[in-house]
Amino acid sequence: MSVVADDIVRLATVDKTRGYWATVFRRLSRDPVSVACASIILLIALAAVFADYLGLANPYTGSMIRRLRWIGTPGYPLGSDELGRDMVARLIYGGRLSLFLGLFPVVLAFLVGTTLGVMAGYLGGFINQAIMRTVDVFYAFPSVLLAIAISGALGAGIVNSIVSLTIVFIPPIVRVAESVTTSVRNLDFVDAARASGAGPLTIMRVHVLGNVLGPIFVYSTSLISVCMILAAGLSFLGLGTKPPEPEWGLMLNTLRTAIYVNPWVAALPGAMIFIVSICFNLLSDGMRSAMDVRS
Amino acid sequence: MSEAETLTPVADSGGPRQPLLEVRAMSKHFPVRGGFLGKAVVRAVDDVSFSVDKGEVLGIVGESGCGKSTTARLVIGLIKPDAGSILLDGEQLGTSLSLRDLRRSVQMVFQDSYASLNPRLTVEASISFGPIVHGVAASEARTRTHDLLRKVGLDPATFADRYPHELSGGQRQRVNIARALALAPRLVLLDEAVSALDKSVEAQVLNLLIDLKEEFGLTYVFISHDLNVVRFISDRVIVMYLGEVVETGPVEALWQDARHPYTRALLSAMPSLDPDNRTREPPITGDPPNPINPPSGCRFHTRCAFAEGVCGEKSPALFATGNDRHTAACHMVDPASGHSKAGSSARELQHA
Repeated sequence: MSVVADDIVRLATVDKTRGYWATVFRRLSRDPVSVACASIILLIALAAVFADYLGLANPYTGSMIRRLRWIGTPGYPLGSDELGRDMVARLIYGGRLSLFLGLFPVVLAFLVGTTLGVMAGYLGGFINQAIMRTVDVFYAFPSVLLAIAISGALGAGIVNSIVSLTIVFIPPIVRVAESVTTSVRNLDFVDAARASGAGPLTIMRVHVLGNVLGPIFVYSTSLISVCMILAAGLSFLGLGTKPPEPEWGLMLNTLRTAIYVNPWVAALPGAMIFIVSICFNLLSDGMRSAMDVRS
Repeated sequence: MSEAETLTPVADSGGPRQPLLEVRAMSKHFPVRGGFLGKAVVRAVDDVSFSVDKGEVLGIVGESGCGKSTTARLVIGLIKPDAGSILLDGEQLGTSLSLRDLRRSVQMVFQDSYASLNPRLTVEASISFGPIVHGVAASEARTRTHDLLRKVGLDPATFADRYPHELSGGQRQRVNIARALALAPRLVLLDEAVSALDKSVEAQVLNLLIDLKEEFGLTYVFISHDLNVVRFISDRVIVMYLGEVVETGPVEALWQDARHPYTRALLSAMPSLDPDNRTREPPITGDPPNPINPPSGCRFHTRCAFAEGVCGEKSPALFATGNDRHTAACHMVDPASGHSKAGSSARELQHA
């Protein structure tokens, strides 16, 4: 990277955070639904991260005589699972892996997808065709099937499920990034930048990225919930996390057998997945309207 | 890069007699998908030649779709021409002149003042982008930007940190002008630069353009469909029709003695300010023909009141009218063309 380009990027990012993003954040913080959703996600995430300091029971050690206790049993506020492990601890510790598996693949896919999509959209021509047609190949498979197929081929495990989920989410992000970039690249300010003698890389970073990141970001946040559900699904099928690791999808699977014995406890991991995904979706919806500033 | 760090205009090389910009036989045909036999092209600019003298204002007029903007984009290299050459002060683009050097000396102001500013960048960041790209240190680019803002009549303390959506149309266009001047160009292409502004603001910006031209010794190519504005600011004018130059000459010669029937129609289409002098019939009817399949011979013959057989067969070249630098591409100007009215003066034609 040349010194020149670094100067420009600094200039651009400083202004961006102060102007546009500050406005978006202010608007978002005035929307009660978004604030509530963000708080719930933050609460669950913080609890998961600091689970060790919450004085919870050990999520790995159970008791064969206290299996499948009902919700509200003394000592077991949310009951216990099929091996007699405390559900509160399992759910909170499970948030670590579940949230990580929901977020990390989307972050990776966002980085890769944005890069590819912006390049395809801005450079056009052969590069566009090469990138977009490759992406179309992945699009031919339903996302669940693709994730299962890749995970199955790579074998079970957390790293492999992250890889497979990332691959699943790159194509839709590339498509969104490409279409937003194509609409921006025909605007006069991009022509003006080209006329000032700047190269394609500089123009993409200074003039294109700032105008396309918003929509791509919003779209990506809406994928987090899908990713969480897919990750849970992979674990459910035995392709993701392995027992005794607490993870919501895996817990749903192992508690499945107890659904007639203790349906309420069996449904708890599903409820967590539901709550967190719906919060991410509502938050992304709020962000979409907050970013629709224009004037 | 180091030589560009102070950004002074590139020094004159050919002396005042050498045109600053010379365009020779430039053509641009855009392929159109799904055309007849799949090979249709829009002849946006077809064999256009013209030159711009140092320090002059060259107006380009014509209906929408006649190739005015395409010509400007070709000159600044935003689109690659299919044929023809561009010479800046005697240096030919692509051989002795690089595109990057051309873009230092030629800048452009666009019509849409909002779309031509990045909505996420402040005024200061937008203007200083060009100089920074050309190797000027960020702090010096900033000083330069503030100077330019003052020159275009915007207080840097108030406007440097503003975003485009916080400015009025006139203010935005001033920012665009400052941005165009940031690289110390010699030639500025003004593509409908004042067309979208209110009349009062338009007048202010026009006066600003004239002042800046004096101060920086600039040369303008002024593209517009507004004939009054073109007459006010231009020294010479080019009239375009369907991608071709149909008439060119000094502005007063053209207004007093237009030779091409299309130019005369354009001029008489201007509403008069005299209420007794009403326009009763349209000077020309219909829309311009489809540029995908332009008429044979003279492209104007389908709408021309004087069209004869020869007009549909032979394409007229730009023919000297006898006045200094005044040429017209009409068979009636060329006494040897075989047109029955060939050689008649404009006055005779008006009463015909």
